[in-house]
Amino acid sequence: MEALLALCIGLLTACGVYLALRGRTFSLVLGLTLISYAVNLFLFAMGRLTLGQPPVIDGSGQHADPLPQALVLTAIVIGFAMTAFVIMLAIKAKAELGNDHVDGLSDKDAHD
Amino acid sequence: MTDHLPILPVLIPFLAGLLLLALHDRPLALRRGLGLAALVLQIGASLVLLQAVAGGDILVYRLGDWAAPWGIVLVADRLAAWMVLITNLLALFALVQASAGLDLRGRHFHVLFQMQLFGLAGAFLTGDLFNLFVFFEILLLASYGLLLHGGGAQRVKAGLHYVVLNLLGSSLFLLAAGLLYASLGSLNMADLAQRSASVAPENLGLARAGGLLLLGVFALKAALLPLHLWLPAAYANAPAAVAALFAIMTKVGAYAIVRSHTLLFGADAGPLANLFEPWLIPLALASLPLAALGALAVRSLGRLTAYLVILSLGNLLLAFSLGQAGIAAGLYYLPHSTFAAALLFLLGEAIARRRPFSADRLRVDADMPNLPLWGGLFFLAAVIMAGLPPFSGFLGKFLLLRAASGHDAMIWIWALVLISALLAIIALARAGSRLFFQTSVTEGRALAGTLPGSAASVHELVALFGLFGLILLLTLLAGPALEFTQATAEQLLQPALYRDAILNPAPVHSPGTAP
Repeated sequence: MEALLALCIGLLTACGVYLALRGRTFSLVLGLTLISYAVNLFLFAMGRLTLGQPPVIDGSGQHADPLPQALVLTAIVIGFAMTAFVIMLAIKAKAELGNDHVDGLSDKDAHD
Repeated sequence: MTDHLPILPVLIPFLAGLLLLALHDRPLALRRGLGLAALVLQIGASLVLLQAVAGGDILVYRLGDWAAPWGIVLVADRLAAWMVLITNLLALFALVQASAGLDLRGRHFHVLFQMQLFGLAGAFLTGDLFNLFVFFEILLLASYGLLLHGGGAQRVKAGLHYVVLNLLGSSLFLLAAGLLYASLGSLNMADLAQRSASVAPENLGLARAGGLLLLGVFALKAALLPLHLWLPAAYANAPAAVAALFAIMTKVGAYAIVRSHTLLFGADAGPLANLFEPWLIPLALASLPLAALGALAVRSLGRLTAYLVILSLGNLLLAFSLGQAGIAAGLYYLPHSTFAAALLFLLGEAIARRRPFSADRLRVDADMPNLPLWGGLFFLAAVIMAGLPPFSGFLGKFLLLRAASGHDAMIWIWALVLISALLAIIALARAGSRLFFQTSVTEGRALAGTLPGSAASVHELVALFGLFGLILLLTLLAGPALEFTQATAEQLLQPALYRDAILNPAPVHSPGTAP
């Protein structure tokens, strides 16, 4: 399970970084989203992986670490808000600059 | 009342922001008045807080009355109270300037402004690493709104870069917090400090990685080399009042660095001790000449100020890595550089408004009306920003140099601090002579005289002279201020005090435990 999760996080991060470096606001937003998914999974794993245990201390002595779950929940909410904001900003940038390049370059300039 | 003192600076702007949101369709005068009133109240609260902690007490506020490390705490020590007071004083004059008309150019300016103060106060007062992240997000989200306030293609472009970089920074912050939690098993900063001394050998690598990642995130916020490239465009394109408020934003990064440098990775952190030091000094030193060269190369006053902000950040972080005397010098230099940068940003806009053809670009333009006033103010601001005597910046830099004497890298520190200061003076002198001496045709004077708003407005003068007054006050009260920063540095270098106040509270300092 550890290897699978590590592979997922690594793959998500790699794809996210690649997309974020593309220089177009659409792929940039997708890349940032993938990176934030990777970070959330990573945070989740930081409480050590446990199977089939409740994240609540119920006296039986067996429980998953509840703190990372609370952290992930907060991080997801904040991540949603930030993604929504950056999408709106990307739309505004497209309207103001006339294209979706992050530096406001047209296709011709970008290829020069 | 004193029990609830540490949470007041967080609650006042939050409630004021909510109230302003509810009153968003009421007359502007009412909203401006409310914003200012909240800020005055806030300054009062931070003065009382400063008074309460000046004797060396560390006030701990347990939210929901859960004991640390399980519950979340707010902690007010000397450093936090000092930062909150500086923020609010700066915000007062930024708000006065914004009330001259910036708040008309978009919606919800006053709400965002209060939310920015909410995030800033929270970031300074929180005693929990994850809550530091949450307050960072709050202040960043408000800063995105403020930066983009008023719109315009250039501003949107600079804003997009700023937002994306900070989103990546937030992801790295979460990674760093996760690594520290995985290796040390806590997120409460006092608890982390306690556990870092006895980190298990197999977790040492993780903890070091987490700590250094944390330094990277804070360095991004503080615009430390090589993570400074976002700053000039973002600050130069922000509205002046917002750029003035942003002068404190980079200091949040500096605050977080000095807090974690002394508390989490201080001298008694065992194998993690002095984790930041090998990185901090070279990076801060390298950022000095590069920022100075940037200041020499720019073509507008806004960008010049932005590079000088990076330069003063380099000085500040250098001071913070030089031990107790250095931290004391840095904490005295911090309000000076904040107020000085804000003064120059506001003055830049005042000058730009009076030049019909090139605004704040350093090009030939018509004579400004009221030239002696603006020229004189620019001269004063330049002297202050460059850290020349007789103002507080000179004293701050002098103390920095004295703290560096005897250090291994003393030659480098002295040489780079002094040379970069000289280059900054040259850059400012060049900008001043371009702006005020190289004026063209006399008919320009007539044209400039007809510009709307060319007479000095009350808001502008209050904001400019207010900031100047704060710097003068810091200079005149250098004795008590330095005593305070020295006591602060002493307190910072004894992290056991901080830990004990939170984890093993004496009954006197535990608000709310009595039935």
